[in-house]
Amino acid sequence: MSPDFLKLIFGRLTFESLPLHEPIVVGTFVVVALGGAALLGGLTYFRLWGYLWREWFTTVDHKRIGIMYMILGIVMLLRGFADALMMRGQQMLAFGGSEGYLNAHHYDQVFTAHGVIMIFFVAMPLVTGLMNYVVPLQIGARDVSFPFLNNFSFWMTVGGAVLVMASLFIGEFARTGWLAYPPLSNIGYSPDVGVDYYIWALQVAGVGTTLSGINLICTIVKLRCPGMTMMKMPVFTWTSLCTNVLIVASFPVLTVVLALLSLDRYVGTNFFTNDFGGSPMMYVNLIWIWGHPEVYILVLPAFGIFSEVTSTFSGKRLFGYTSMVYATVVITILSYLVWLHHFFTMGSGASVNSFFGITTMIISIPTGAKMFNWLFTMYRGRIRYELPMMWTIAFMLTFVIGGMTGVLLAVPPADFVLHNSLFLIAHFHNVIIGGVVFGAFAGINYWFPKAFGFKLDPFWGKMSFWFWVTGFYLAFMPLYVLGLMGVTRRLRVFDDPSLQIWFVIAAIGALFIFIGILSMLMQFAVSLLKREQLKDVTGDPWDARTLEWATSSPPPDYNFAFTPVVHDNDAWWDMKKRGYQRPLTGFKPIHMPSSTGTGIILAGFATAMGFGLIWYMWWLAAASFIAMLAVGIGHTFNYHRDFDIPAEDIIRTEDARTKLLAGAK
Amino acid sequence: MTVAVNPSQTGEPLFYLADEHPHPEGWSTALGFWIYLMSDCLIFAILFATYGVLGGNYAAGPAPKDLFDLNLVAVNTSMLLLSSITYGFAMLTMQQNKIGQTQMWLAITGLFGAAFIGIELTEFAHMIHEGATPQRSAFLSAFFTLVGTHGLHVSCGLIWLVTLMVQVQRFGLIEANRRRLMCLSMFWHFLDVVWIGVFTFVYLLGVLR
Repeated sequence: MSPDFLKLIFGRLTFESLPLHEPIVVGTFVVVALGGAALLGGLTYFRLWGYLWREWFTTVDHKRIGIMYMILGIVMLLRGFADALMMRGQQMLAFGGSEGYLNAHHYDQVFTAHGVIMIFFVAMPLVTGLMNYVVPLQIGARDVSFPFLNNFSFWMTVGGAVLVMASLFIGEFARTGWLAYPPLSNIGYSPDVGVDYYIWALQVAGVGTTLSGINLICTIVKLRCPGMTMMKMPVFTWTSLCTNVLIVASFPVLTVVLALLSLDRYVGTNFFTNDFGGSPMMYVNLIWIWGHPEVYILVLPAFGIFSEVTSTFSGKRLFGYTSMVYATVVITILSYLVWLHHFFTMGSGASVNSFFGITTMIISIPTGAKMFNWLFTMYRGRIRYELPMMWTIAFMLTFVIGGMTGVLLAVPPADFVLHNSLFLIAHFHNVIIGGVVFGAFAGINYWFPKAFGFKLDPFWGKMSFWFWVTGFYLAFMPLYVLGLMGVTRRLRVFDDPSLQIWFVIAAIGALFIFIGILSMLMQFAVSLLKREQLKDVTGDPWDARTLEWATSSPPPDYNFAFTPVVHDNDAWWDMKKRGYQRPLTGFKPIHMPSSTGTGIILAGFATAMGFGLIWYMWWLAAASFIAMLAVGIGHTFNYHRDFDIPAEDIIRTEDARTKLLAGAK
Repeated sequence: MTVAVNPSQTGEPLFYLADEHPHPEGWSTALGFWIYLMSDCLIFAILFATYGVLGGNYAAGPAPKDLFDLNLVAVNTSMLLLSSITYGFAMLTMQQNKIGQTQMWLAITGLFGAAFIGIELTEFAHMIHEGATPQRSAFLSAFFTLVGTHGLHVSCGLIWLVTLMVQVQRFGLIEANRRRLMCLSMFWHFLDVVWIGVFTFVYLLGVLR
């Protein structure tokens, strides 16, 4: 076959694109391929494909979609953490003339992939998953506002993750750092597919994130049950609302800035070039206008989780509910006024830097108010040190340290010394791990019994907790020291042997975290095996306060047999205190949305289109685009998207629960 | 949230609705679509901002004065403004349940929209022919992207319009189709508003400076 013909079909994808010369990648590929084959074989052998397709892939149930988001987040955590271990190993070894074990080409991909994966495909799915699962239950709704869109959003996120994973074995990932600043990311300096993988993975996933943001805003605004005024919403729902407002108001910026970068790369425009009037610094501004709100997108729901957990496990109403809500809203607004603190060194001048330095410091005020609210909630409470509460206390200690180093970095003169140093790396891991990751783990431990009907095993949970927390301090406190000594980020080899000991300590910390992650997987496995012992039939294992605990665990498809009516902030607590009797008769059919495969099909075509664009397989991109259009339009011709759950089914489900509850007493 | 939340007659607090009415279909659609439009508006905002930053960087290439033909742009603008009016007529006739007239006004709207796209493409082709390509300078990159993104939106609107006309023909002016026509209406007028921004800031101010 002629080379021209091959080029037409495969674009720039050739055998040389496969990283066969990288033994580490080949080894990884073998392991992944074997594991994947085993998984697919197992699914086929046990005839699970039909079940998965009908009950999970095509579901529009917010609870199942939430669980799938969580699974995606945890799977991607393993990939992102593997990258972290490799970096720690490389930096520990590359002293005294040693080059370490990763070449520059590979190492640069590793740190880029680590950042991209951890933010977009670990933290975002975990946060979105928890919001998806919990918010409709907390507001007494049956599903989200747009259930089909919810399924579609999830699969678009998966599509982005698939593209990032594909880059490991087909071609390469970006070597630019996680925000892909031009001119480095422009075609002149990054002619390979890496940056294109980056762009299209984020564009595909970004569509999903934006739509899911719109969806959850509508859900919270329009589907609250009677009596739940805005100021009676649980704090997690409030923080979710603010987070989704941030998503809708910031992700379009990312979409545009990546679109402009791709125009520069594909069409040859001059947005971010150094010639013909382009401005690379405009990219940096634009991407941080998205990027700073993004960190609050991640941490606000975590704040919500800590609020729920603190009040539940202290057995008290949350202290300062109103101030908590206002603090959340103030953080939401301020998060748009600080982006320039990411590049004080750009040289915007003293006035501009002062403005952004001051706004940055101001954010610590509402955040501090939250911290005191949690402390006062605990004050004179009857605190139960269950796992969610342990994670919360670890968060409070860790996040305060991270917050203080953040305020330090907000001082422009100090930032000129610490900019892009390991001090910064330590700071943002301090707040993201201490805030978002600990929050997600608190949330997982807290709501797992709701989702599956049994608690998580406390022994392995505590193992995970202690290894994670000590591992975190071991891994990142040395980076503060190194940063203060002037070590910059993303370095592959070092000359000064006196630095090595700090990197060794950090690597040990990473190993501790690794044990923490393994313990968590172990915790899931052990809990599954011991599910009978850990079983909870009440639906309210923690003696909790909000509405999601009023229904069974796991909740039925329709969440609540009768829509609840709310009189108090802590609605379920109020119901328990005032002698609420669970209704046993009078069930009526419930109107619910039907499952559809359109979401996964559309996302599949979107991913294929991304792949085609990355490799210049124009026919694939065009065909996928047309297919997407056709399927999308075809879907709108289906006017019958919902059905009624018959009353008999509801009676059967509710009677079964009545028997269980009677047995529990 | 129209249900009274008072205690029931017996004085016991009411904790659930024994007799509930599910939200009508499309309960959240208008709000959801508005929020979508605002996110789209943000896309245009960033493109306007980009144009604002880069719009004067001609890189020794052509400037707006050399390129823009205000007469053509005036004709083009009137196409889009007229299409907004005719879409308004389509909505009015829809309220009166007149399928035939609704379809006619939708078709006229589509023709105006297509004329707008046609004129815009002619303008682009002319500029590219003269060497004012998107690659020529940052000003031209920003110009083509901003105006082109708007044109792309109008094209999507046209595809949507045709789809809706087919659906109205097949299923009539049922509630779902009315809701969809309402969404497209908001989308169409939104694009009109954006175009007024483009017309003012890109074309008029461009020729002035």
